Amino acid sequence: MESFLAAAVIAAMPLLFATLGELITEKSGSLNLGVEGMMLMGAVIGFIVAYGTGSPSAALLGAFAAGAGGALVFAVVTVTLRGNQVVTGLTLTIFGGGFARFVGDPLVGQSVPKSVQAFFAQAPMPGLSEIPALGPIFFRQDAFVYMGYILVILVSLYLYRTRPGLNMRAVGENTAAADASGVAVDFHKYAHIIFGGGLCGLGGAYLALVTVPIWQADVVTGRGWIAVALVIFASWNPTKAFFGSFLFGALSILGFRLQSMGFHISQYLVDMFPYAATIAIVIVSTHKNRREDLPPADLSVPYFREER
Amino acid sequence: MISPVKVTKRDDVPKKQVALILTVSIVLALVFSGIVLLFFDLNPFTVFGTIVTGALGSPMRIEQTLIKAIPLTIASLGILVAFKMKFWNIGGEGQIMMGALCASYVALNHGDLPQPLLLVLMAAASIAGGGVWALIPAAFKAKMGTNETIFTLMMNYIIIKFVMYLQYGPWKDPASKGFPKIPMFSENALLPNVLGLHAGWIIMIVLVAAVYFFINYTKKGYEITVVGESLETARYAGMNIPAIIMTAMFVSGGLLGLVGFVQASALEKTLTWGLSSNYGFTAIITAWLARLNAITTLFVCLAFALLLQGASYIQLSMNVSSAIADVVQGVILFFVLGSDFFLRYRVKWVGLKNAGEVKL
Repeated sequence: MESFLAAAVIAAMPLLFATLGELITEKSGSLNLGVEGMMLMGAVIGFIVAYGTGSPSAALLGAFAAGAGGALVFAVVTVTLRGNQVVTGLTLTIFGGGFARFVGDPLVGQSVPKSVQAFFAQAPMPGLSEIPALGPIFFRQDAFVYMGYILVILVSLYLYRTRPGLNMRAVGENTAAADASGVAVDFHKYAHIIFGGGLCGLGGAYLALVTVPIWQADVVTGRGWIAVALVIFASWNPTKAFFGSFLFGALSILGFRLQSMGFHISQYLVDMFPYAATIAIVIVSTHKNRREDLPPADLSVPYFREER
Repeated sequence: MISPVKVTKRDDVPKKQVALILTVSIVLALVFSGIVLLFFDLNPFTVFGTIVTGALGSPMRIEQTLIKAIPLTIASLGILVAFKMKFWNIGGEGQIMMGALCASYVALNHGDLPQPLLLVLMAAASIAGGGVWALIPAAFKAKMGTNETIFTLMMNYIIIKFVMYLQYGPWKDPASKGFPKIPMFSENALLPNVLGLHAGWIIMIVLVAAVYFFINYTKKGYEITVVGESLETARYAGMNIPAIIMTAMFVSGGLLGLVGFVQASALEKTLTWGLSSNYGFTAIITAWLARLNAITTLFVCLAFALLLQGASYIQLSMNVSSAIADVVQGVILFFVLGSDFFLRYRVKWVGLKNAGEVKL
């Protein structure tokens, strides 16, 4: 059981980074459906940089920049040029997939260099890893996972305890009021779309550098979309996003576990489960009506001052 | 924010100007893609030239281009009907797959029926299958307001995994010696060639006209447009919005399901889990580029089929990944989405001197 839950944490990481990225984007009022594309861009650039330099930090930086770059395109088209958010996000997903296959084409089948693999090898946290039950599950992981934990805390603090976090939530909840009180609307939208995209890129990088350290063009396989659903599941709350990702990580590896326990069930049928569960979540979360569970009021509502 | 440009809303844009702005944005997109190619040490003129010759250079290549245009056009028509209503159906892949599955079920179990009857039954099954697969998220949207974007997308993965299960499990051809494939259809289940091209092209042309007529000249089509433009108006006019949503989505999914029938019957000659070939997603781009007009869709799809066929040709001839097609498509759509701005707003340069008076 412990080993299963520890594996679930690893499976959860790409989802966690992408979910937090999309959560930040949505909190500032934009619905970017390009998560899958940004994850793929982050995955391929992270892999290429790791492959070329052997430096884990450069690889992470590259992956962040790639996801942020995709998000920047989204921001220009939807914020400045006021294009349709849904179609722009979908385009970003298609573009990102093509980008990853095109740019990564010469590297298919290559492995992540040993130096990078070693950096992301399991490293038990002194002290914490000795806690009964929790230690082996959460604190005998790799450096990337610890980054994920820290990120959950930082994003929560940022959203609920800082002035810029308050301002960006104001932009997402009531853009006109935020604008009237002097918050730079476009600046906040740009900044959070881009940062959110960077996190999605990191989520993709986890898949390409740690989960399967061999390049293959279809690494993300719908996880970006599950992340979009997880934001709803988590009712736009970073802590809940962590538990949601953990739950889905566990679901996604449940098939292997059941088979190894002797249940004869087709892998393909088990693979359907996370997607079906996502649908169930989307249906159930339609019925939330507590104030704090609702989406940002001005989510994906275009805002043009001159049209007020 | 102080800005040297002044942006005002505009309502009437002459058709000529629309065409001009669209052309400029597509040219800019191609120039931008060309610059990207330069970064990869590829000569853009050679690449684009090879795409064109790869798509149109011989009768066989033209046939291949048209074979790609048929499913893409029908799929785009399906997407168009849903998008007209602002129902974001991104479940096209799954609806194609469900259509193919239902048509294949008929073909594999009743392969000895006379050809015309069998083909009609297969087509009907594919429409019903794709339609019902789309109706599930539509019903939740109509009755409970469930977000359709993620719902329709997740339906893709579910049905594709299910077809994988069939292909590697219960439906596997015992005669294929362990190779995971579903048995080939009988002769009677294959779409015949008409004038050198499989009969899907006739279905395509009929459907372009039919969807154009449906959207522009029928009551249902009008209601779909109204629901898409303003739910308030639709409600005020006393329209039955849930019924409209469900009808439109059944039509949308049915059209996409039909793509599955065409691909299974005319191209693969059996069911495979990869037969939707991303048409369900590409159709989103083409339908949007065509501004959700059925006739324009046909021409946009012909152009995109050229790009797709050309890209698969350069993969062979120049060893450049065919993914370049997705990249170029994405870039074109980004530019067109952005150019929309200049259709909806008038941008006037007022200079920095006057900038203080004009606040953005």
